[in-house]
Amino acid sequence: MRRSRRGSHRSHSPRPAVMALSVLSLVSTLAAGTAAAADKVLLLASTTSTEQSGLFDHLLPRFHNATGIEVRVVAVGTGQAFALARRGDADALLVHDPAGEAALIAAGHASERADIMFNDYVLIGPTEDPAAIDEAPTAAEAFARIAAAEAPFTSRGDDSGTHRAEQRLWAAAGIEPSAPWYRELGSAMGATLNTAAAMDAYALADRASWATFVNRQALAVLFECDEALFNGYASLLLSRERHPHLRHDLAEQWHDWLLSEEGQDAIAEFRLDGEPLFFPAVL
Amino acid sequence: MPETDNAFQSALTLLLSLDPMLVSIVTLSLQVSLAAVLIGAVIGLPLGAALALWRFPGRGLVVTLLNAFMGLPPVVAGLVIYLLLSRAGPLGNLGLLFTPTAMVIAQTLLVLPIIAALTRDHIDTLWQEYREQLSSFGITRLGAMPGLLWDARFTLMTVVLAGFGRASAEVGAVLIVGGNIEGVTRVMTTAIALETSRGNLALALGLGLVLLGLVALVNAAAYLIGERARRRLG
Repeated sequence: MRRSRRGSHRSHSPRPAVMALSVLSLVSTLAAGTAAAADKVLLLASTTSTEQSGLFDHLLPRFHNATGIEVRVVAVGTGQAFALARRGDADALLVHDPAGEAALIAAGHASERADIMFNDYVLIGPTEDPAAIDEAPTAAEAFARIAAAEAPFTSRGDDSGTHRAEQRLWAAAGIEPSAPWYRELGSAMGATLNTAAAMDAYALADRASWATFVNRQALAVLFECDEALFNGYASLLLSRERHPHLRHDLAEQWHDWLLSEEGQDAIAEFRLDGEPLFFPAVL
Repeated sequence: MPETDNAFQSALTLLLSLDPMLVSIVTLSLQVSLAAVLIGAVIGLPLGAALALWRFPGRGLVVTLLNAFMGLPPVVAGLVIYLLLSRAGPLGNLGLLFTPTAMVIAQTLLVLPIIAALTRDHIDTLWQEYREQLSSFGITRLGAMPGLLWDARFTLMTVVLAGFGRASAEVGAVLIVGGNIEGVTRVMTTAIALETSRGNLALALGLGLVLLGLVALVNAAAYLIGERARRRLG
């Protein structure tokens, strides 16, 4: 019985043809998307903090109006952004880790670096503040108090710019943080803040990520405004010799625009709830 | 739990307002996952059937590997495809990294083992059952393959749906090879991950509900088509 069924239905089934057609149309749509993208598109590797703040939604349309270039942002941790640059997978970088930037230039992958904008890091913690860091005179002292109180501290632990800044701050405090109170999450900023909120832990965050973070629960800014908490963002151009296939001309236009009066003004104009999140470095 | 209430609210708002960003994200999600499933099915169904029908040295190893690859972590699939498509990788000059095509390739790698392994399992059972009968009619293995696949079509549709579920649910692979670029490679799962990291839990859960509804719709459509075909057969 089964056999006869098989025989009779094979003949009048249009489905394989329909399927093949839809595969073709899907594949061609996707291929067309790639081909059209080839002309004036710049791939920028940047940090999650700049992307999540909405800064790019503010800057990119202005840059596109001025130059006709479409910037595609891949938002990753600064460590991963450097890895993308080394493998030749990004046309330009906007990152915040001075030591890593210098290393990239020293290794010959990046050819030019310019300070674009800055803001600062803030120390976040539960409002009860068990380590009493809100009265600390310096950032190093605030970190020392957290360690002395062995209060839970959630660290990015992902080799991002913020993670590297945090490690510098521990070193400045002369402390080697350790488990169990020091919790390395290996997560992005937002995930780290979500975790900190859930376990009433301290955390270091960049001001833009904190400002855009919704799920605060009992968390608040407990320590801020110290020179050691400076957070500078730089634009990096990659080496033409090392990575000849990249869209260097477009990258240079982007780099120059960020440094131009128009670009710097656009950064200064960006507001979240009326508050500036980034300050132009050149103006 | 205020998040869940707000999630339903934001899911409703998103759907009712037909937010253009949401529409583009949903469209791309469907395009990428359906393309991956179609390619996975076109390769996986005959591959699975062939593995069930033919005996060759090392077949046990191939079958075991295929079964093991059903558990391939998406993030590993993403990393492998990233290394292949990266400029420094062997296929770098194709310039496919951070495009929807790269996402289709990565998801195909996840879907293919599921479709091939489960197809092999089903066809193997059928083949054991009908082998003697088919052979007595002088039907070769190659000749029996389309018939066996057709006979198992209702089960195989579930297999393909399992592949679609895997593709539409994963975030690890598309995040690495797609880059979650707004308007270009952002899909439902990467958008949910992004909103979660913004602490926008209600919106993230709302997007999750939309995704769940979407997957349910695709499954319902497949179920209805299957039922209709079954009824037609009596």
